[in-house]
Amino acid sequence: MAPVLEVANLKTHFFTRAGTVKSVDGVSFHVERGEVLGLVGESGSGKSVTGFSVMGLIDPPGRIVEGSIKLNGKELVGLDEDGFRKVRGREVAMIFQDPMMTLNPVLRIDTQMIEAVTAHDKVSHKAARERARDALAKVGIPSPEERLNAYPHQFSGGMRQRVAIAIALLHRPPLIICDEPTTALDVTIQSQILAEMQSLCAETGTALVWITHDLGVVAGLADRIAVMYAGRIVETGAVDPVLDMPLHPYTSGLLGSLPAEGEPGAPLRQIRGSTPSLARLPQGCAFAPRCDHAQADCLALAPAVTSFPGARGVRCHHPLNLAGVAA
Amino acid sequence: MLAFVLRRLAQALFVIAAMLVIVFFGVNVVGDPIYMLISPEMDQAQIAETARALGLDRPIWEQFLIFLKNAVQGDLGRSFVHGESAIKLILHRMPATLELAFVALFMAILIGLPLGLYAGLKPESRTSRAIMAISILGFSLPTFWVGLMLILTFAVGLGWLPATGRGPTVSILGIETSLLSLKGWQHVALPALNLALLKISLVIRLARAGAREAALMDYVKFARAKGLSQRRIIGVHILKNIMIPIVTVLGLEFGSLVAFSVVTETIFAWPGMGRLLLEAITRLDRPVIVAYVMVVVVLFVTINLLVDLIYSALDPRVRLTEATS
Amino acid sequence: MSEAALPAATAAPPPAEAKEETPFRRFVRSFFEDRLATFGLCLFALIVLLALAAPLIAPQNPYDLASVDVMDSRLPPGDVAAEGFTMWLGSDGVGRDLLSGILYGLRISLMVGAFSGILAAGLGTAIGLIAAYTGGRTENAIMRIVDLQLSLPSVLVALILVAGLGKGVDKIIIALVMVQWAYYARTVRGSALVERRKEYVEAAQSLGLSHARTVFRHILPNCLAPVIVIVTVQTAHAISLEATLSFLGVGLPQTEPSLGVLIANGFQYMLSGKYWISVFPGFALLMTIVSINLVGDRLRDVLNPRLEK
Repeated sequence: MAPVLEVANLKTHFFTRAGTVKSVDGVSFHVERGEVLGLVGESGSGKSVTGFSVMGLIDPPGRIVEGSIKLNGKELVGLDEDGFRKVRGREVAMIFQDPMMTLNPVLRIDTQMIEAVTAHDKVSHKAARERARDALAKVGIPSPEERLNAYPHQFSGGMRQRVAIAIALLHRPPLIICDEPTTALDVTIQSQILAEMQSLCAETGTALVWITHDLGVVAGLADRIAVMYAGRIVETGAVDPVLDMPLHPYTSGLLGSLPAEGEPGAPLRQIRGSTPSLARLPQGCAFAPRCDHAQADCLALAPAVTSFPGARGVRCHHPLNLAGVAA
Repeated sequence: MLAFVLRRLAQALFVIAAMLVIVFFGVNVVGDPIYMLISPEMDQAQIAETARALGLDRPIWEQFLIFLKNAVQGDLGRSFVHGESAIKLILHRMPATLELAFVALFMAILIGLPLGLYAGLKPESRTSRAIMAISILGFSLPTFWVGLMLILTFAVGLGWLPATGRGPTVSILGIETSLLSLKGWQHVALPALNLALLKISLVIRLARAGAREAALMDYVKFARAKGLSQRRIIGVHILKNIMIPIVTVLGLEFGSLVAFSVVTETIFAWPGMGRLLLEAITRLDRPVIVAYVMVVVVLFVTINLLVDLIYSALDPRVRLTEATS
Repeated sequence: MSEAALPAATAAPPPAEAKEETPFRRFVRSFFEDRLATFGLCLFALIVLLALAAPLIAPQNPYDLASVDVMDSRLPPGDVAAEGFTMWLGSDGVGRDLLSGILYGLRISLMVGAFSGILAAGLGTAIGLIAAYTGGRTENAIMRIVDLQLSLPSVLVALILVAGLGKGVDKIIIALVMVQWAYYARTVRGSALVERRKEYVEAAQSLGLSHARTVFRHILPNCLAPVIVIVTVQTAHAISLEATLSFLGVGLPQTEPSLGVLIANGFQYMLSGKYWISVFPGFALLMTIVSINLVGDRLRDVLNPRLEK
């Protein structure tokens, strides 16, 4: 079966007065049916822009300048606004980071859910409302019938995110893009929502692109992982091998900055320096100025992707842990 | 909610009472009221006679008590010119003014909102710049000058619309209105547009600022992610959010529409209470002036009250805070 | 660079250009950066010049009844008057040259606007300072009155005032001052309250300076920027309001033919197609108001410290 999502050499640039910001610069990845892909990176790495590109939600001064996004085999790049509109919500849905901001404060929950149903399905108001109510029940909102009449401000943050999830699930899309949906929530709510998302997607066979900066979340949730740095994917592979034996020094650095289990008191390592400006990327490998393993060729030439068995790939001249992969 | 309404009501009554005091003493301190109440042909004996008849020879606090007692009963004196109850005269002319002001208000929204939305959603386009230039001009042009230009263009030059007067009126549920006939609309078009001009500029600014702000909000992006049409996003999601400040401000501006109608009604010979006020001023018809001021103040206060209530109905967040407090 | 003149041991001297850039110069430079504002200022200067020079350049003295011929009345623009000069803008209902009428009318309109603006600025500033400096009940009472007045439309307040005061230049100026003072009072009080909390005022008081000295030498100069902005905007407003009142026939009398009076006089002829009697004075009024507003808008941008980066 063809993958749900196939992104090839995607380039999304923002043409600002300060120069061209290459937020996404040649990203390729795919998502299989029912699979959870963790898209990991620091803020400014281009992971959210990648998600918005798939949704067709890049506004001027931003623009997809090159590449291909195939959803269920259908090319999305080049679609007009109405073409994208028909895809959004039905074939791919999105959940945003801040649940306090994603629901319109002056519209009731039922309005916001019913319009999402009728945007794609010509059903009666009553039928749409019933579907909305069932969706709310499914994501664990108590007494959904009454809650439909409420306004967003009458919900807690976690409940609002559940509403957003319910909206995303309304049309049972084969793919949902989740842009850090648990970052703004309390830790206990976070794990609840994670667990529910997982079981809901397993049940409906929905694939997820889970955008996050938190490797801990990805470790428990994703099947595969793609690590982004400065607009490019620097490492990809199944989640366990990547986290156990990272090939890219950046992935390794990210893992090192997590509090290690079983080693209380061990000092946290951090990656020195900060993310480069996307308007003025260094020649050569974008990570080289921060990399402990950088050599002369890293500064001169941008590395291409090197593939390894087990669908692993890395964009580095001098990968780490090579012994582990080769074996 | 009830406590909220009652509290606002008490405030409103206080403002009206305060204005009664200010208006009474204001008019009596600014000039000798007797000279505003008599015709220039009267001699001294007649003046004294009139003063006695009107109670103007009594001490001022006593006059104030009489004025207050009558005011509470809805009697603000008789027009010197017309010989009728001043308040009746005003109320008789009020429907025409309110009609004009309402049409102007709707024009302001109907014209200003789309223009402002466009300018806010496409801030870089040339049309948007033109819209903003017009709104800046709208703020600095004197109302009467625009009125003259409208007459010159549409009535004298093109001959499309009548320049003066009000169309034939019919009574619907006790309200006299000229808006049920084409002729009525032809007559009201120019004066209403004239009166609306300042408010159109205002609505353009408010709508533009609101749309620019709302367009960047996550809920708009989320609405797009749901697959909603552009029309629904702008028409429901953005519009409902920017309507709150616009309705609030416009509601509060309704009073100023009524006040500015003095100018417009005079230019377009619109038979409303503004024109009556102007006649009263030129003829020094004090009771009518006082009655006008009080009617307008009551109108202002009522509008403020209504706007507060509508505001709480439009914005669910306000309702919640009021309910919990 | 005159490096030789500097002792080698001194730290780097401030760059020479910084010395020349006084706050006033910076203000002037940034004002003229805006082309529209520069145009507005030039236009306004031209208007003022024309008004001042009216007796020298006007083809006719509209006050001199001997020079006015009723036979010349309502002549369209470009016709030649009985006395032999061309009436470039036509003539009004009693045969006065409209161009001359406008030049003289500008004098009156500008004079009324300027006087009322300056008087209102003085009165409002003083009241605002008193409110801010005394505080407590006095402040409360003053601000209540200010709020009440600002909540009523200015046209209405002015109409009611002229109803009590009657016609005449002095009465109109009084009415306009009464309408405008509250804007200054509110703004000045706001700025003064901010300034009052600053340390230099405490320092001045601890030095034992008198109240008056503290207010006028220390607080007032720091409140001037917003006052300057309001003076321009309110002067335009006053000119517009005077024209409106005069147009309505409750402002200036016929003996003081301001632009508003001229427009009102022409209004009756407008419906019969004799547009020029109202339109040209109206155009002059428009130019005056727009030019002042252009300057005022720019002043607001330049003088508002919040908008500076």
